[in-house]
Amino acid sequence: MTSLFARQLAIAGRLRPTDLDVDAGELVALIGPNGGGKTSLLRSIARIEGAAGTVAIDGEDVDLAPLARRRQLLSFLPASRDVAWPISARDVIALGLDRPDAERIDELIHLFELEKLSDRPVSRLSTGERARVLAARALVGNPRILLLDEPLSNLDPYWVLRFLDIFETAAASGQAVIVALHDLTQLHRFDRALLIADGKVQMDDVPAGLMASERFEEVFRIRQSAGSWAIRNSVDRQSSL
Amino acid sequence: MRLLIVALLLLGAAAHLLLPLGPLREAQMVDPGLADLILVELRLPRTLLVLGYGAVLGVSGAALQAIFANPLASPDISGASSGAALGAVLGGYWLGVTQPLLLAACGAVGALAMLGLLVALAGRRADTATLLLAGLAIALAAGAATSLALALAPSPFAFYDAYDWLMGNFADRSLAQAAAALIPASFAALLLFRRARALDLIALGEDVAASLGLKPRRLAMEVVALSAIAVGACVSVAGAIGFVGLVAPVFGRYLSRGHPGRAMIPAAVIGAILLIVADLVVRAVPLDRAIPVGVITALFGTPLFVWLVVTMRRRVTA
Repeated sequence: MTSLFARQLAIAGRLRPTDLDVDAGELVALIGPNGGGKTSLLRSIARIEGAAGTVAIDGEDVDLAPLARRRQLLSFLPASRDVAWPISARDVIALGLDRPDAERIDELIHLFELEKLSDRPVSRLSTGERARVLAARALVGNPRILLLDEPLSNLDPYWVLRFLDIFETAAASGQAVIVALHDLTQLHRFDRALLIADGKVQMDDVPAGLMASERFEEVFRIRQSAGSWAIRNSVDRQSSL
Repeated sequence: MRLLIVALLLLGAAAHLLLPLGPLREAQMVDPGLADLILVELRLPRTLLVLGYGAVLGVSGAALQAIFANPLASPDISGASSGAALGAVLGGYWLGVTQPLLLAACGAVGALAMLGLLVALAGRRADTATLLLAGLAIALAAGAATSLALALAPSPFAFYDAYDWLMGNFADRSLAQAAAALIPASFAALLLFRRARALDLIALGEDVAASLGLKPRRLAMEVVALSAIAVGACVSVAGAIGFVGLVAPVFGRYLSRGHPGRAMIPAAVIGAILLIVADLVVRAVPLDRAIPVGVITALFGTPLFVWLVVTMRRRVTA
């Protein structure tokens, strides 16, 4: 069942016109080199200012959805972990809901193990702790589509694995989860991976197929060697210096 | 806590309206109608104006801080108050505007011009140093332009006359003048209050707010315009008063548990209390001539401002 139906997404100078369909329950990774367009693709699906094209979620045009409805359709987690004001963790999570729901907030606090931090101002938490609070904010409203920009950065190994579990649970419950990712070691946990570079989707495949391809190594300028990654064409790189 | 603050506000307002009691009691003995006249024609406009202006400084300070994501943004530091003073001086002494509501419009235009300049120079969500420097430059330039406009004004008494109100003066304002400041300011403040939820959400970043269907750029323009109208109208009647718009939102956010949008209402109440107290001090000082209210707020506000800068620096280096 197609959940996300996006046509002609584009951001001037960053993302070339792109079509994208994502099924309900799909866990999709966006990978690609820095500045390739992963964030721009997420922003354009989230309809952040300056994004062209149309996005329909379960057949509903996001641009036409009223504010309260929009939260039920999608949520966006930016890569930035900044919160300018000393709002408590619990209150930050509450900002993800249209009306207060203490029970639901407690669920998320429990899920992200924030019990001891919930009354502390987020501005005083560590970056990794704040990442959990902000992820809880993004998930609390149970939207149809989750758009997560680098949610795994700044997390310790335990939380990287816990986040992946949480994403899988969300997908299993029928949400579509789209995650921009840098850590290729976690790619196998996803159903599908999009390779994004030069402002467009270069490949769209299952993770194993993508990583095995020549194009993947070309775009990332790395290659697999002895179970690890190495820089590709190191000779070329040196000669161009 | 909330009850205490409301009680403080009511107490302050009552004290401001009734003190000093002496003249009222004397008038009451001579002619009860005279006492009413003093209350309604002299005391009431002043009390309303002080309450309203203080509240406006609190609300617009809180709203500007929310939009700039910076606790140092405020009507005075952004140059809005200086711009309003310039607008009112140009309107009053050069264009010959005497109608209070038109003068309020001149103040609003001046404030809007300076806030627009700030956004153009520093950008929204500028870092603290950029915001402060740009705001300072604008405030200084507007202040110099105001002095120049007064020095070259057609009326030779302009400078002396302006000294009386530019730094904040609530004495001898008529009910019509109070209305000219407070009616547009109240409208603007109400429209700002309606944006509380949006300003809370923008705390999560402009991108998150936009993904929830808000228009951050439009919201910023609305907040800037509404703050300019509110502050401009008040400045044109009672002069530019510093620090209240900076300090009241800080305390407002204690009451809203850090939420920048929800802080607007407590900031308004606290702004009103601060200005009431400052004006009570002005009236209580046993001097032949009145001290401008802005001098009192600056005297008490500067240490608070320094404390704010120090705590912010500590937070950045921590």
